[in-house]
Amino acid sequence: MTDLTRLSAAALAEKIAAGEVTAVEATEAHLARIEAVDEKVHAFLHLDREGALAKAREVDAKREAGERLGPLAGVPLALKDIFTTEGIPTTVGSKILEGWVPPYDATVTRKLKEADVVVLGKTNMDEFAMGSSTENSAFGPTGNPWDLTRIPGGSGGGSSAALAAFEAPLALGTDTGGSIRQPAAVTGTVGVKPTYGGVSRYGMVAFSSSLDQGGPCARTVLDAALLHSVIAGHDERDSTSIDAPVPDVVAAARNGEVRGLRVGVVQEFSGEGYQAGVMQRFGESVELLRELGAEVVELSCPSFTKALAAYYLIAPSECSSNLARFDAMRYGLRVGDDGTHSAEEVTALTREAGFGDEVKRRVMLGTYALSSGYYDAYYGSAQKVRTLITRDFERAFAQVDVIVSPTTPTTAFPLGERADDPMAMYLADVCTLPVNLAGNAAMSLPCGLAPEDGLPVGLQIIAPAMADDRLYRVGAAVEAAFEARWGHQLLDEAPSL
Amino acid sequence: MPGITREEVAHLARLARLELKDEELEHFAGQLDDIIGAVAAVSDVADEDVPPTSHPLPLTNVMREDVVRPSLTPQQALSGAPAHEQQRFMVPQILGEES
Amino acid sequence: MTVTELVSYEDALASYEPVMGLEVHVELGTATKMFCGCSTGLGADANSQTCPTCLGLPGALPVVNAEGVRSAVRIGLALHCEIAEWCRFARKNYFYPDMPKNFQTSQYDEPIAFDGYLDVQLEDGEVFRVEIERAHMEEDTGKSTHIGGATGRIHGASHSLLDYNRAGIPLIEIVTKPIVGAGERAPEVAKAYVAELRELIKALGVSEARMEMGQMRCDVNLSLRQHGAEKFGTRSETKNVNSLRSVERAARFEIQRHAAVLDAGGTIIQETRHFHEDDGSTTSGRVKEEAEDYRYFPEPDLVPVAPPREWVEELRGTLPELPRERRNRLREEWGISEHEMESVLNAGAVDPIVATAEAGAPSDQARKWWMGELARRANEDGVALEALPITPEQVARVCALVAEGSLNDKLARQAIEGVLAGEGAPDEVVEKRGLKVVSDEGALGTAVDEAIAGNPDVAEKIKGGKVAAAGALVGAVMKATRGQADAARVRELILEKLGVEG
Ligand SMILES: [Mg+2]
Ligand SMILES: [Zn+2]
Repeated sequence: MTDLTRLSAAALAEKIAAGEVTAVEATEAHLARIEAVDEKVHAFLHLDREGALAKAREVDAKREAGERLGPLAGVPLALKDIFTTEGIPTTVGSKILEGWVPPYDATVTRKLKEADVVVLGKTNMDEFAMGSSTENSAFGPTGNPWDLTRIPGGSGGGSSAALAAFEAPLALGTDTGGSIRQPAAVTGTVGVKPTYGGVSRYGMVAFSSSLDQGGPCARTVLDAALLHSVIAGHDERDSTSIDAPVPDVVAAARNGEVRGLRVGVVQEFSGEGYQAGVMQRFGESVELLRELGAEVVELSCPSFTKALAAYYLIAPSECSSNLARFDAMRYGLRVGDDGTHSAEEVTALTREAGFGDEVKRRVMLGTYALSSGYYDAYYGSAQKVRTLITRDFERAFAQVDVIVSPTTPTTAFPLGERADDPMAMYLADVCTLPVNLAGNAAMSLPCGLAPEDGLPVGLQIIAPAMADDRLYRVGAAVEAAFEARWGHQLLDEAPSL
Repeated sequence: MPGITREEVAHLARLARLELKDEELEHFAGQLDDIIGAVAAVSDVADEDVPPTSHPLPLTNVMREDVVRPSLTPQQALSGAPAHEQQRFMVPQILGEES
Repeated sequence: MTVTELVSYEDALASYEPVMGLEVHVELGTATKMFCGCSTGLGADANSQTCPTCLGLPGALPVVNAEGVRSAVRIGLALHCEIAEWCRFARKNYFYPDMPKNFQTSQYDEPIAFDGYLDVQLEDGEVFRVEIERAHMEEDTGKSTHIGGATGRIHGASHSLLDYNRAGIPLIEIVTKPIVGAGERAPEVAKAYVAELRELIKALGVSEARMEMGQMRCDVNLSLRQHGAEKFGTRSETKNVNSLRSVERAARFEIQRHAAVLDAGGTIIQETRHFHEDDGSTTSGRVKEEAEDYRYFPEPDLVPVAPPREWVEELRGTLPELPRERRNRLREEWGISEHEMESVLNAGAVDPIVATAEAGAPSDQARKWWMGELARRANEDGVALEALPITPEQVARVCALVAEGSLNDKLARQAIEGVLAGEGAPDEVVEKRGLKVVSDEGALGTAVDEAIAGNPDVAEKIKGGKVAAAGALVGAVMKATRGQADAARVRELILEKLGVEG
């Protein structure tokens, strides 16, 4: 019998719809896999066994009753613990929200339920999505299934690790500076940051409001597209949500094609700090695109060199304000309420005890950047850099249809290596964060293993805002060509756990 | 840009309501100084005539009609409260403006 | 706390010129909150009108209430402001337990309305122009109850209870430019400004603006400068002065206090102060160790508001006549003095009189009833005129009955009494109580004949030329008809029958 955990979401959904497999069987297979490997991987913070099985039974009942099932009905999914789930704990990887059970569902959660997707549980993440390694989780790190002593990327390391460890065929992430794409790159999976405003942020615990974007994580480009089309679309509860039809990403994923496409290679995405094996695989990817009929154009986007600096002012500034609500008054942790401390003191004691170092660093950095006397030099200037980056993208997209780059400068680094060196950690997102600053769409998909360490390398594809379908068209073509060349999926080379 | 001092970190921590320990003040002062040194690069453009971007999408006038939607029940609203009494959130004494 | 020896008001004004700034917060009367769909209805159970957004739950997002923006633009237009072509909301960051997100969604350097004015009329008719700096949109906070301290005050309380029903209710903050040149009339101007603003808000229908219910709250900023000095002095900010009278008193007190401090060679500290209704004084607020730094920045969860010009013009078309202009027009139409108009205003009788006149009554009649009988009743019952159980249409009907001669004054008063007593509309009361004037000439003639026959001595006196004696016979007829006759007509008949010229 087929191992249901090795199937793609598309294949699994087909089998469920055809009655070859029940949703309950699919769910049980994944729960069993989690049981077997998650002690080592630690992808999940919370499992909702009962809820998942109940949903699976509901799907099976629908099928038996002859109802038409959605394209992902009955398929298990791992949900990043940043999306609120009514009745199920949501911690955002933080002690300050330990045990909090939201009284409402995020829009994305609601859409998953409506699409009959089976949510298995909530996945580990860097606290409040701040980090690139999932080591900033208050509940312990997640291991990279390719090498458990290495980082699975972050902040959505739990989601990507769950995919790479075959604990779920689908997962959801959020991407503020690369938190979907960088974990996808280092785990050999696919991750997409949709155009800003493409997926509702309602119920997605905010880190940096003008940068955050939820998106699909999967093992194949088509699976990502199927999930993308389930979660995307206008939401009247999110004022920054795009009120326009979602590009047909599924059709694009089914029709991979790059012939005649103009592909940009940006020179600023290279140089010091880029691992040789990463650049080698990236070079081969560009070569592959040429072979497939794409025209490759060399570009320069000079302001990208300031993206990291702008990002580390804008994101902390917004987070310093977004995280102010965690004050021990209405929900979450409360420390020091012993009758001797004022509300003010209890707030400060609770935040001190409840937030980890990276959160404290960024909250203080943002407080600094917004404070009077510094605003213009820091926050104000960062927003000007943002304009320059957007203009660089506009100039680039006047010449090319998509831009490609390595997703990350290096492969997965060892756990602990950069834990107390924030600047080194921040460099992991140097290729991904310009996209967040401009609001474009981007994808990361596997393009091979770095020769020097045998770890996955990610290829990033960037499209203009609202042209998310291009990612899938190009991604599907690249994926098909690579798999034809390798004779299998890259993940098949991962060690068995 | 001037470096960030321990006193400034203490001031930021007060503004941000973080009851930092002494050793943290030291530790964060060093790290924040490094980070601020690195991100100060943006101030090159401070005098350039470039409009700031606060938002990646050029949307305006997103509004809703003035129509009542169901609220949470008080039980739901209070469900996460560390303490509550008389259907209200109970909090430690507030050092207020009132004299 | 040191008690400041105040300088007399006259002495203060002799040395210094007051400069004022007034900040008024108005709670809009929208159905829902500014950024979520929770009801703004009064009197609901604690925390029953809250949702993830107005509770500041993790993940929740705001969406702007269109009616809030519409009201803001109309207020701006009524204050002769320019309306921004493009503006944003901003976050004002500070921690306070009654503010769920620990930032207030407000506007900072891009208010929706700016650079306007409001002309206010002082009691003697002098008009003073108050320049408006800005009017911007923001949201209210929740309400805390302090437990364990004396009389529910923060000081000494052991803990507090929070109700967030009010959190997120739309507020418009209206800020004046520095008010200079009012001199000794500064406190009067302050009061007149707030009164005029309240009338304006009510006329626009955007809020009931009831100060006693906190729907309208005023902060009084005040500083003094030496006569002839260019530079403004340091100001104090007296918060939440919540009645018209208090606005005047607070300004007056601060003028005297500042003068005392300055005269003694001291300096004014820029601080917030609290007003005390009982003795009209202000006291210093809690001194903060560090200056507030609100770290304003554009609200990333909301997109800019860019009111289209056609829409702004359309809204301009919905503006009511300005209250001051309306008052002056009515005063002229009614032909009354400034002083009489003042009484009408103070009685809250303008709208009822206008409505009664619109229902067909002569305005002097309408004024007579509302300022007389009805004002007396309202006063006795301790209610507003408009709360009396009689409508302007009913008052107008009574006036009509008098005009057609069906009722005389005395009967009209009884008819109104009946309406107030819940006996029905004026016609029903007239019917039930049998209040019709006896106008049947035959019946009246008989009554007159009987009166003459029953009082031959009086009749003789009248015949002898003592016309004034007719009063006694009129009285007898009125008694016989139980007051339901027209006294003037009775008199005519008596004189006629006795062959005397009236
Ligand atoms: Mg305000
Ligand atoms: Zn609400």
